[in-house]
Amino acid sequence: MTGALAAFAAFGAAETATAWPVKTVAARAAEALPDNVWLAVLYMALALAGLGALVSGLGMGLIYLERKIAAHFQCRLGPMRVGPHGIFQTVADTFKLLFKEDIVPARADKALHVLAPFLAMTSTVLMLGVIPYSPVLQISDVNIGVLYITAVSGLGVMGILLGGWSSYNKWSLIGAMRGAAQIISYEVSATLALLVVVMFAGTLSLSGIVTSQAEGWWIWRAPVVGGIAFLIYLTASTAEINRTPFDIPEGESELTAGFHTEYSGLRFAFFFLAEFINMFVVAALTVTLFLGGWMPFHVGGANAFNAVMDLVPPGAWFLGKTALVVFVIMWFRWTFPRLRVDQLMRLEWKILLPIGFANLALGALAVLYSLYFFPGA
Amino acid sequence: MTVNVKTLNDIIAPPGAAASALATEEYFVNMGPQHPIAHGSLRLVVRLDGETVREVIPVPGFVHRGIEKMAEHLSWRQLIHLTDRTDYLSALMNNWAVARTIEQAAGLATNDRIETVRTIVAELQRLQSHALWWGVLGMDLGAFTPFLYGFREREVISEIFEDTIGARLTMNYIQPGGLMYDIHPDFAQKTKRVLAYLKPKIDEYGTLLSGNVILQERLRNIGVLPAARAIALGCTGPVLRASGVPCDLRKVEPYGVYASAEFDVPVGSKGDCWDRYCVRIEEMRQSIRIVEQLIDHIPEGPHTTVKFGARIKVPEGIHYGQIETARGILGVTIVAGGKADAPYRLHFRSPNFNNLWAVTELARGWRIADIIAIQSTLDLVVPDIDR
Repeated sequence: MTGALAAFAAFGAAETATAWPVKTVAARAAEALPDNVWLAVLYMALALAGLGALVSGLGMGLIYLERKIAAHFQCRLGPMRVGPHGIFQTVADTFKLLFKEDIVPARADKALHVLAPFLAMTSTVLMLGVIPYSPVLQISDVNIGVLYITAVSGLGVMGILLGGWSSYNKWSLIGAMRGAAQIISYEVSATLALLVVVMFAGTLSLSGIVTSQAEGWWIWRAPVVGGIAFLIYLTASTAEINRTPFDIPEGESELTAGFHTEYSGLRFAFFFLAEFINMFVVAALTVTLFLGGWMPFHVGGANAFNAVMDLVPPGAWFLGKTALVVFVIMWFRWTFPRLRVDQLMRLEWKILLPIGFANLALGALAVLYSLYFFPGA
Repeated sequence: MTVNVKTLNDIIAPPGAAASALATEEYFVNMGPQHPIAHGSLRLVVRLDGETVREVIPVPGFVHRGIEKMAEHLSWRQLIHLTDRTDYLSALMNNWAVARTIEQAAGLATNDRIETVRTIVAELQRLQSHALWWGVLGMDLGAFTPFLYGFREREVISEIFEDTIGARLTMNYIQPGGLMYDIHPDFAQKTKRVLAYLKPKIDEYGTLLSGNVILQERLRNIGVLPAARAIALGCTGPVLRASGVPCDLRKVEPYGVYASAEFDVPVGSKGDCWDRYCVRIEEMRQSIRIVEQLIDHIPEGPHTTVKFGARIKVPEGIHYGQIETARGILGVTIVAGGKADAPYRLHFRSPNFNNLWAVTELARGWRIADIIAIQSTLDLVVPDIDR
C-alpha cells in the first residue's frame, strides 16, 4: 500500500531544477519607468494592443471553432465556402454584424440599453489582463488575482440584467432575471472551489498559483479535494457563462433569445463576443488553478521525458491545455439538453454548494496536516 | 416536481392570507406565432406568475388555408392533393385516409399489392415522422445535435419516397382505388437497406438523448395526462397510448394489411412526457418490424383498380373513414351530394387539433420550460390544426 502510494506520489513530482522567473508586462513597465518613460509607455501600449488583438482573435477563432466542432458532432461540415474550410466565415459574419442596422426598441431605456453590452464586454476584457499566459506573458499579476477575477466576473451580470431590463420586452426580462439568479448562485460554488486551490497554494496571485504547481498540478496534488474542486469549478463556471446545459438566460426555444432578444448589429455582437471570450477565460482559469497553467507536464523520475516536455514553450502548454478545456465546454453544449430553471437552482443550492463547503473543509484539514501528494520534490 | 416552499409569511400570517408578502402581478406573454417553439405558426397566450404557468390559451388559425372549402371544388381524385398539405409529416397517411373513405363510400375494391404497398409506405412515413419528432424534441429541450440526427434519418427514407413518388414532402401517392404509380424497381431492396441502417440508429438515440439524466429530469412526471382526461379531450395516437389506453386503429380496427402483420402497441403507464417519449421511440421499432415482415412479400398485381380518367361515383350521404396517422386518428367526414363529382362538404377530424388542447390542462402550474417539453411531446404539426 505504501509502496503504491509512494509510486503514485512520484508521478507528477517535477524536477524543480528549472526555475520559472515570472515577469509581467506591468513589472517591466514599472522597471523602465525611472529611466525611460517612453519605454514604459511602449510596454503599456503593447499590452493594450495585445489585449485588443487577443479579444478579436479569440472571438473569431472561438466562433469558428465552435461552428466546426458543432458541425462535426452533427455529421455535417459547417462553414466551407468563405476561404479554405471556411476559415474566413467569421470575418464575413463580423462585417455583416458591423453593417447591420442598430435597433433600439422605441420604448426601451436607451441609455441602459446602449450601456449593457459594454458592461458585459468590459468585465470580460478586465479578466484577460491578469491571466498568466506564460511566465513572461502576463499583463499584470495583481496580488489578489483570484479575488479580482471573482469580483470582475460579477460585473458581467450587470450587463445581462441591464440588457434584459432596458429592452422593454418580457422575454428579455425573464431571461435577464434568470441570468442574474443563475450567475449569482453559481458564483458561490465557483468561488468555494477557487478557495480550495488558494488554500493549497497559499497565495491569491495567479502567477503564484501557477508556480506553486511545479511539483504537481492541484487537480491531483491536492488529495481528492483538488479533483472535486475542479469538477465543481467546471460545472459552476459553465453555468456562470450561460452555456448549455445551463443556457437558460438565452433559452432559445423558450425565450427566443433571452436577454439579448432586442439587440442587433454591433451591440448583439458584443454580447456574443463576451460570451465566447468568457468561455476562454473560464478555460484559462481552470487551467491556471487546477491544471498547472503554463507548467509543462512532468512525471517524477522520468528525466528524459521531462526534458522533452520542457522543449515545448510554456505559452504553448497554456494554450494547449486551455484549448482542451474549451473543447470540453463546447462538447457539453452540443451534447446536453437544457436544465429547467428550478432544477438549475436545486443543483446549485442543494447539491453543489453542500459539496463545495464539505470540500473546502476537507481541503482545510489537508492543508493543516500537510496532506499533499508529492510533497516538495 | 413542485416544491412547496414554506415562507416566513406562511408561519406568521393566519391562514387565508396572501401567499406572498411581495407585491406580485401576473402577466401575459405571447408564445408565437413567431416563436421557436411554434413549429410553424401557433400562438399560445400564456398567463404567467413569474416563471410559473397559470394558464395557456392556444390561438390557432395562422396557417388557415381553407383546405376543407377548397376540397368542395375538386373532384374525388383531385382533392387528394390537398391532404398532404395538412399534416405534412403524415402526407401519405392523409392521402390514405381520404382515399379509404372514398373507397368505402364508392365501393371501390383494391388488391393485395395496393394494400401492402400502402401499409409499407405508411409505416416508413411513421418512422420518418417519429425520427424528426425526436430530433425536434431534442432541439426544443436545448440539445441541438439530435435535430440533425433526426434529419439524417429522415433523409434516407425521403430518398425511397423520391424514387417511387417523385416528391419528398408533399407526396400524392395513394389515391382512391389504388396508387398513383407502381413502386420503383429498387423499392424493396432500398427499403431493406434503409431498415438495416435505421435499427442501430434507434439505439443510438438512446445513448445520445434518452439516457441523459437532464432529459429525464425534464420529461419524467411532467405534464401528466390521466387516461380519463386524454379520452375526454379527444386525444389520440401516441398521446392517448402514453396515458395507458391501448387504442391503435391499426390493431383495433385493422385496415391495409395490418391484420396480417405482427406488431405490438406500446402503451405508457402514467401519461407523463417521458411516457409519450418512450411510446414514440418504441413505435419506431414496431414500424421497422412491420415493414420487415411485408417488404419481402409484396404480391404482384396492378397498382390501381380504377382506370385513368374514370369517374368515381360516391353515393349521396355522409361517409366517414379513419386512419391512424403518426399523430393519432385522422377522421374524414364526406358529405356527398350525389350528382356532383366533388364532395358537398368535407371535414377532417385532425389528431393535432385535439391533442393541442391537452396543452391547456397539462401546462398549468408548471414552468415556462415545461410548456416546451409538453408541447414537444404532443408532437403538433400546426398546418394540420389550422388546415
